[in-house]
Amino acid sequence: MSSSLDTILEGRRSQPHQLIEVLQDVQQEHGYLSREAMDTVSEGLGVPVMEVYRVANFYTAFTLEPMGKYVITLCKGTACHVRGANPLITQALGLLEVEEDQTTEDGLFTVQTVNCIGTCALAPVVVLNGVYHPLMTPAKLRALINRVRREEEEGTGHA
Amino acid sequence: MPKIASIDELKTIGEQLTAARSDDAILMTVCGGPGCQATRCHDVAAELRKELDSNGFNGSARLRVTGCHGFCEQGPIVVIDPSNIFYGQVKPADVKEIVDRTVRNGEVVERLLYTDPSTGKTVLTEDKIPFYKAQTPTLLSQNRRLDPWSMEDYLAIGGYTALAKVLSGMSPEEVISQIKASGLRGRGGGGFPTATKWAACRAAHGEEKYVICNADEGDPGAFMDRGILEGNPHAILEGMIIGAWAIGANKGYIYVRNEYPLAVEHAKEAISQAREYGFLGEDILGSGMNMDIQVARGGGAFVCGESTALMASLEGKVGEPRPKDVHTVEHGLWNRPTTLNNVETWANVPAIINNGAAWFSGMGTDNSKGTKILALTGEVKNTGLVEVAFGTSLRTVVEQIGGGGRDGRTTKAVQTGGPSGGCLPASMFDLPVDFDVLWEKGSMIGSGGLVVMDEKTCMVDVAKYFLKFLQDESCGKCVPCRIGVDRLLEIVTDITEGRGSSEQVELLKELGETVAETALCGLGKTAPNPVLSTLRYFPEEYEAHISEGRCPAGVCTELIEYSIDAVTCNGCGACLKACPSEAIQGRKNKLHTINLELCTKCGICLTSCNDNAIVVQ
Repeated sequence: MSSSLDTILEGRRSQPHQLIEVLQDVQQEHGYLSREAMDTVSEGLGVPVMEVYRVANFYTAFTLEPMGKYVITLCKGTACHVRGANPLITQALGLLEVEEDQTTEDGLFTVQTVNCIGTCALAPVVVLNGVYHPLMTPAKLRALINRVRREEEEGTGHA
Repeated sequence: MPKIASIDELKTIGEQLTAARSDDAILMTVCGGPGCQATRCHDVAAELRKELDSNGFNGSARLRVTGCHGFCEQGPIVVIDPSNIFYGQVKPADVKEIVDRTVRNGEVVERLLYTDPSTGKTVLTEDKIPFYKAQTPTLLSQNRRLDPWSMEDYLAIGGYTALAKVLSGMSPEEVISQIKASGLRGRGGGGFPTATKWAACRAAHGEEKYVICNADEGDPGAFMDRGILEGNPHAILEGMIIGAWAIGANKGYIYVRNEYPLAVEHAKEAISQAREYGFLGEDILGSGMNMDIQVARGGGAFVCGESTALMASLEGKVGEPRPKDVHTVEHGLWNRPTTLNNVETWANVPAIINNGAAWFSGMGTDNSKGTKILALTGEVKNTGLVEVAFGTSLRTVVEQIGGGGRDGRTTKAVQTGGPSGGCLPASMFDLPVDFDVLWEKGSMIGSGGLVVMDEKTCMVDVAKYFLKFLQDESCGKCVPCRIGVDRLLEIVTDITEGRGSSEQVELLKELGETVAETALCGLGKTAPNPVLSTLRYFPEEYEAHISEGRCPAGVCTELIEYSIDAVTCNGCGACLKACPSEAIQGRKNKLHTINLELCTKCGICLTSCNDNAIVVQ
């Protein structure tokens, strides 16, 4: 982990204004911002660790906990709201027995919502590990989650 | 490609590329916009590539994957030129037939044509489809003429000739006066005259100045900027370089939402190509101008759409706005003079320089010139990105371009301008798309989001939705926004949950007006718009919630009850399987019932029933 942090910090050391860019790269590389990573970034950029934490907490792009193998992102933009995003959120949270931004105990699924994913014309939209699922219904979402679970049990799943 | 060193060289290369593309080969254009990507257009494109190659069509039929064409509802879209045949909702399995029949033999695959719902007849060509007919294509339509990864495509349609024109003898003042004469106003929401900003920034003291492109499209329900950035990134760069020349900057930033990974990628690639060709870097086109642009990824905070918050974010800090009595054109990024414009504003600049201010100001109304790209979404048949001249009526957008309501339901309102905008009732659909007119009516054109709502949308719930959004996104710096929005949400929640009183309506208005007057930044000042506009135009819905304890649209869960109609239910079991709360009972082929103690009123049964047997009261 520390070597990848070195790579991310390369050429940006002692440049406090690079904080968000660096955290974006760490988030992308590690899937979340660990305490250790934030300490290293703080030292590398010369930004107090409290400021690193404040920035990490302020922006929704950053998570402080590891995510599940499958991340279900439910869009709750206006178009999705009008076309029924709420039943989808209920379906996902109910089926996986988690709250928003939580990960299932087996570490398989994280459910998160987003303010708008920018695919409003095909609302409501759900994104599973970067793959868009347009015109979603609760039934289609349940089938999707069940398919992932089944593939995981059979060992054919690929995140 | 070696660097283009002079304006003459650019002209020669542009002409050669245009000529090379004007042969009579068949051109198959696959839309690769956000909507079509979601419907797997890249599988269609890959299949087309394979099929064309294996049939030996290398030279006589070309394939181009472009940015968004706008008609997302019909995606994946394939347009075949020169005959302009439009195929919609194309699947990889359709590709072989398209190549065999249309490409090889010039025949039409009837079942892939668009069917006009108003006539029931198929439409052969793209230009005859009602969705496109009422539009004024100027900027968005460039998307379908180029592959966003190809600098050559952009040069072939006259790319960077506006920059060449500027650098070959226009003074910065002349550029600014052209922009002023065009009447261009900021497309990001504020509608501030672009030339005024540029002139003030030019006049500001400072060696180092900056231009910024705001691509942090945070309005939910808006994806115009994504459409341009992914589809035509060089138009934005060209606009920014021209702007930099006008104000005297040599450094620029594009601040993009990280939720748009493809937009980030396309912007970075375009910048790297522009450096390679010599449109960025030192001594651009031999003019002596130096300029570079970088991409910065936003962290996903709505408040960063506000210029001072965005600049704080670019400096690596928490995105908190500051009072605007110190203007960013004088003290912006790193406290230096900075011009910030939205994606669509920058992208309009090259065409204004090339075609002249009169061409641009010839479109639109007295005070809103040119065209506006709108994201038409919600409860409307044809969803997607549309570009209309200012002055076009909301009715034309919703009914003619949008095709009216879905599933025969009655359209009730449009929400324009995102969380800073408001809801306008159907009785006002003759209003024009115009910065000032919509503002006077309590809404705004904003960045161009236009969400259509019908009888199944509860306007009080819509107000609650936006307040919840704004509460989440308020940075918390000023009291009116932090506490005021909280209180507004609390009151509206009371109303949606049956605890409302008529005195609260007055309080909402008073509090809303106070927040609007006293909040620090644009986010807070406009935060009460959704609640104030719904109160103004849909008082009867608030009244029904308060006096009758009833939600007419059947949305507010505390005020509704689900049941199953004994006559219509055929006992298929679909709702029983779908219910996440196990609240539905019933034997196969027998009437099902809902246990109201277990029912959470999530509405999932409603979407699962094929016979409309679920009743909401």
